[in-house]
Amino acid sequence: MLTIRHETQLEVIAHCVSCVPEEACGLLIGDYASGLVHHVVPTENVAHSAMVYTVDPAAFLAADKEAARAGFDVIGVYHSHTHTEAYPSPTDVGQAPDPGWHYVLVSLRDIVPVFRSYSIVDGTVTEELVITQ
Amino acid sequence: MTVSIRIPTVLRPQTGGSASVAFDGATIGEVLGAMVAAHPGLAGQVFSADGSLHKFVNIYVNDDDVRYTGGLETPVADGDEVTILPAVAGGAA
Repeated sequence: MLTIRHETQLEVIAHCVSCVPEEACGLLIGDYASGLVHHVVPTENVAHSAMVYTVDPAAFLAADKEAARAGFDVIGVYHSHTHTEAYPSPTDVGQAPDPGWHYVLVSLRDIVPVFRSYSIVDGTVTEELVITQ
Repeated sequence: MTVSIRIPTVLRPQTGGSASVAFDGATIGEVLGAMVAAHPGLAGQVFSADGSLHKFVNIYVNDDDVRYTGGLETPVADGDEVTILPAVAGGAA
């Protein structure tokens, strides 16, 4: 389960739209155990691609240190799919680093953005409930 | 030289839940070697079968990726902070 404020969801969607035609990506910062998102950190997609993303490692390091100082963890990652549905691709599944993370997908395939979250454990994708506050 | 190592959430089950551990060594290779000796579950997550750093993990001494500062031979000093982070990538492709 992922719990996120409405304005934070909008921030994620706005970032994803702003990066079109490239995929956007960013980090979810919050409470690892409960899945409560405190804030997000938009990051550069250093792959600069419409098909793949790589979170800027230096931005990840900075976000991780800042999160730890604030008593949070990096609890997941969001990225956009510009022309496909909001579901993890085989690439996403194969490279998912943490079974405890939340993997948010934003699809911009249609005019109305779609925001979904998943867990990825040993290659198995499970959609999770997103509670908007 | 004693340095602290910050453990990412994905690896904390291998450290009994600890977010930070501390080990001695003169180089990052020695420090990580001491860490995996104490926490054997980390070995396959940090090192490849040939003993090099795993390609899906990034190791930092303070703010520097050790791949660009001498790899496992990178020297460490008392008080340095080591961070282990997974690479985060994917995409629709």
